[in-house]
Amino acid sequence: MSSTASIASTAEGLPIVSQPSDRLKKDVTRHFKERVIESILFLAAFVSVFTTAAIVYILITESWVFFQHVPFSDFLFDTQWTPLFDDAHYGIMVLLSGTLTSSAVALLVAIPLGTIIAIYLSEFAPFVVREVAKPFLELLGGVPTIIYGYFALVFLTPLLQHFLPELPGFNLLSAGIVMGIMIIPYVASLSEDAMRAVPMALREGSYAMGATRLQTALRVVMPAATSGIASAYILGISRAVGETMILAVAAGMQPNLTFNPTEPGATITSFIVQVALGDLPHGSIGYQTIFAAGLTLMLMTLVFNLLGYYMRKRFREVY
Amino acid sequence: MIGAHKRWDFMFGVLGILALMIGVLTFTALFADMAIKGFSRIDANFFLSFPSRRAADAGILSAWVGSTLVMFVTAFAAVPVGVAAGVYLEEYAPKNWVTDIIEINITNLAGVPSIIYGLLALGLFVYTFGLGQSILSAGLTLALLILPIVIVATREAIRAIPQIIREGAYACGATTWQVVRDHIVPYSSAGILTGVIIGMARAIGETAPIITIGALTFIAFLPSAPFTGEPAAGLFDWLFAPFTVMPIQMFNWTSRPEAAFLNNAAAAGFVLVLMTLIMNGMAIWLRYRLRKNIKW
Repeated sequence: MSSTASIASTAEGLPIVSQPSDRLKKDVTRHFKERVIESILFLAAFVSVFTTAAIVYILITESWVFFQHVPFSDFLFDTQWTPLFDDAHYGIMVLLSGTLTSSAVALLVAIPLGTIIAIYLSEFAPFVVREVAKPFLELLGGVPTIIYGYFALVFLTPLLQHFLPELPGFNLLSAGIVMGIMIIPYVASLSEDAMRAVPMALREGSYAMGATRLQTALRVVMPAATSGIASAYILGISRAVGETMILAVAAGMQPNLTFNPTEPGATITSFIVQVALGDLPHGSIGYQTIFAAGLTLMLMTLVFNLLGYYMRKRFREVY
Repeated sequence: MIGAHKRWDFMFGVLGILALMIGVLTFTALFADMAIKGFSRIDANFFLSFPSRRAADAGILSAWVGSTLVMFVTAFAAVPVGVAAGVYLEEYAPKNWVTDIIEINITNLAGVPSIIYGLLALGLFVYTFGLGQSILSAGLTLALLILPIVIVATREAIRAIPQIIREGAYACGATTWQVVRDHIVPYSSAGILTGVIIGMARAIGETAPIITIGALTFIAFLPSAPFTGEPAAGLFDWLFAPFTVMPIQMFNWTSRPEAAFLNNAAAAGFVLVLMTLIMNGMAIWLRYRLRKNIKW
């Protein structure tokens, strides 16, 4: 834009001075506005750090109140969990046994089935099957867990009672199986992604040696995708450990120190739900137990996450 | 020997289909069971009645209204923050340790069990901020829960935009914010929307964190609409009202011993599954459309 005004004439002969437009003038606040916007966006991104910090802060300060009343050794080694009774015991082992038993059942279902589905979809399935199955698995993973809990209680438990007449109405077995089915989509879809990322040249090399599809899948593709498959398993484990509603609905909520899945039991998560549903006053020791239980759960998932991180680093193959 | 290996191959193919079928069968059984048991209960009255002590009169009015309001708060909080965070990480963030910390945190938060978010909300929103056991607390809790999903979807959508678009805009003298506002966000909006819908579908079915903050299970009233009631409610009073949501209502009915309430639970579950299926289906369809209509 020229800075000198150009002079033109209209039909009437009057001179019109057209002003230079300031549309492209230097905006003095332009740099400042950019900085402000960038800080706002940074704050939005920093919400995640704030959330983590808040979780750690809340869990530790509230558990601190709990551990002032309950010795740490009782928490770890007591074999009873009766925080709501007059004769209160706080042995987290009882809840841990429920969590571990139900997770073990879930993983026994989810890991073999999830892996088979992943291998099938990545190495065997025709294009059409894969295009239909992947969204379907995603839908299955999107079903609310309370629905799975209802399904375990109303459908699967009576079904299992046909084969195991002794099975009580609430049990860890049926909750664990349904939990496993819930986890299949996560395991299958992440493992499949890992296998698909293995370069085609490796498969072609294997086929050129005369290997069948199954041999290629098990001996070439899976070892090459170990890091991704391992982190899919770890994600499955932390899902199982943190799952709440299926267990709250179908496993009963009686604390029970057992590793027998055909018994009812309480887990860390279902205990938290049980206390939250009751009317314990805030600040009472019974109430503080849920934060101590939550801290235990958080530490467990943290260990699994770190393990997953380590596995990814340790077994990563670079092509 | 070759024949034996080929047989193994074939058997594994069958095994794969069987494993997939277990998923399909479970899903069908679940859906059919709820449809059959709940069908007799689903009529207009079921949607227009409050929960009741008599199973035949009970409905889900307070539950679906509560769910809708909570989802509104969640979307209002999670979408701006999530998109802003995604944009920051893709378009602004320098490569330094602060960015690394943010990224590690987002990955970790995606793996934190939902009930932990409930404990966070109980300590932070309910008691520290004094928001009470309200719609606002629940909405914000679920917003934190789905934030990683929205951020990851935003980042993936932005990453799919080719670099030449940015370079073209910068070459015309645009600032970073102008590039983001006029190009990056509009072009990635479909991808972002997909992530938001998946996040909301997750949030609408979440039960544990909302139970943990202490939502009541028996609510036989609605939060008063703005400017109604005696004394007249303010514009935002509903945010602080006690509430219940669909999954909690279903949990309440599931945990009752009477069989009649189980049918109510089936009906509520059917409505809930249908809602999440529609939302997830929409997201999958959107993504499919997106993949077909890529313009660059």
